[in-house]
Amino acid sequence: MNFTAVRAIYKFEMARTARTLVQSIVSPVVSTSLYFVVFGAAIGSRITSVEGVSYGTFIVPGLVMLSVLTQSIANASFGIYFPKFVGTIYEILSAPISYFEIVLGYVGAAATKSIVLGLIILATAGLFVPLHIQHPWWMLTFLVLTAVTFSLFGFIIGIWADGFEKLQMIPMLVVTPLTFLGGSFYSVNMLPSGWRTITLLNPVVYLISGFRWSFYEISDVSVGLSVGITLMFLAICMVVVWWIFKTGYRLKN
Amino acid sequence: MPPIISISNLSKTYGSGFKALNNVNLEIQRGEIFALLGPNGAGKTTLISIICGIARLSEGRVTVDGHDIVDGYRAARSLIGLVPQELHTDAFESVWGTVSFSRGLFGKPKNPDHIEKVLKDLSLWEKKDAKIVTLSGGMKRRVMIAKALSHEPQILFLDEPTAGVDVELRKGMWEVVRRLQASGVTIILTTHYIDEAEEMADRVGVINKGEIVLVEDKANLMQKLGKKQLKLHLQGSIATIPPDLAAYNLELSDQGCQLTYHYDTKGERTGITSLLGDLRAAGIRFYDLDTTQSSLEDIFVSLVRAP
Ligand SMILES: Nc1ncnc2c1ncn2[C@@H]1O[C@H](COP(=O)(O)OP(=O)(O)O)[C@@H](O)[C@H]1O
Ligand SMILES: [Mg+2]
Repeated sequence: MNFTAVRAIYKFEMARTARTLVQSIVSPVVSTSLYFVVFGAAIGSRITSVEGVSYGTFIVPGLVMLSVLTQSIANASFGIYFPKFVGTIYEILSAPISYFEIVLGYVGAAATKSIVLGLIILATAGLFVPLHIQHPWWMLTFLVLTAVTFSLFGFIIGIWADGFEKLQMIPMLVVTPLTFLGGSFYSVNMLPSGWRTITLLNPVVYLISGFRWSFYEISDVSVGLSVGITLMFLAICMVVVWWIFKTGYRLKN
Repeated sequence: MPPIISISNLSKTYGSGFKALNNVNLEIQRGEIFALLGPNGAGKTTLISIICGIARLSEGRVTVDGHDIVDGYRAARSLIGLVPQELHTDAFESVWGTVSFSRGLFGKPKNPDHIEKVLKDLSLWEKKDAKIVTLSGGMKRRVMIAKALSHEPQILFLDEPTAGVDVELRKGMWEVVRRLQASGVTIILTTHYIDEAEEMADRVGVINKGEIVLVEDKANLMQKLGKKQLKLHLQGSIATIPPDLAAYNLELSDQGCQLTYHYDTKGERTGITSLLGDLRAAGIRFYDLDTTQSSLEDIFVSLVRAP
């Protein structure tokens, strides 16, 4: 194991974040605060409570997940896309490191960033509504699992993308709709039964449901199912990454 | 001593179906400076990319210091520093940062003294905290060299290192290359400046259309293929070459004041003695003469132009 190399990539990626602190941390925090003001205050004044918790409190886990998901994908996809784009990938490919180490460096850094961001957003939410977390360890487990899984997913997008449009396409056309429809702002139980069935095809529902359970012990689907679906998606991403490196897809001619 | 790089039956077909390398066999000796010459598109960059792990090989085998570049990629790549043809840099990194990053990437523990030495050798020390985006093209090129040397490689690949680099910097770069060779580093370079290959290299390989056309000690190459010209500066001018001398490969120039005789040093006889006798018989007198040898460039051009 070339830990020195993993650390070099990891530190490089973290330094990139430090240089773009506003984009990486400040803007997600600001937009989350806006969600609180708009959804929490405006809608919350009409919907007083969902399944026993106040609306403002109810949306906290969903909002954290929303940021963690989108930032994991954005960070990881950009992290690997950029060296491909400017050509500095030559050095990564010519270094004595394994594919696993490359992934560990890039995905590790992207996941770390979104975990930290998730915690910052959680703290920000605490300024607006009272927070109580029933199962802090489960909360952290879901957070880490989601960050790692979607950073891997972002890594795949970054390798697949051969232009900035493609880099934006999947997050914009697939991930954002799925997260908004994934029960961040409502309980799936509030939907008519037809819609409810369709919604259950959305994998994000399971993430948010499990995450919310760790806070309030309320969930749309069983916790075991949430963990299972997340692990399944993680496994799929790992297989795809393994295949990418095995075939050199879009990395080596 | 066994060669430090050994390439056998190497072929490369790109995804497009284009065959960029065709059954290449080549050995690089330890400690030498090897110049790979070839026109654009000959496959020089492809060959280097395969050895360094950037492109995959389609057929054949390459070993670096005995390590297979596929099965033993870690050991093989640890020995290699690569300066690619294009200037790929992280614009917003500092010089120090990017060079230290390279060292880490190659698994070497921190060594600020070594990085300082590399930067000083390349006259980059004053710029160590500068962001790369603020540097000139020539400095960026040196940063790329510094990155390649950051992990103390035993083999250095320089892919057209002097393309677009001014004369002064070029000299400095060869200075560095010579020092590296003196410290035991093997250097493989490609260049379009044939005069520099001539000046720098111990051996020269010519590649054309994905095939190695020739590999030769530079001195041997010059001798073996070197054509010479004998220039005779005439006393007075002549209008045409007399028919008696038609059998010689002569050329009249400088308004009839200069005769040039082309001959081959590898031939059994150069024909100079008889030419001089026949000139005398024809009544042509000259006051001076000199000989020149074909440059590597002439040799190179004649090789790649050959059908
Ligand atoms: N990624 C690629 N896909 C298809 N063909 C390529 C690729 N890279 C290079 N080639 C082709 O392979 C040949 C050799 O290219 P290259 O090794 O860059 O030559 P050189 O470095 O000698 O100029 C060229 O004809 C080039 O067009
Ligand atoms: Mg080239």
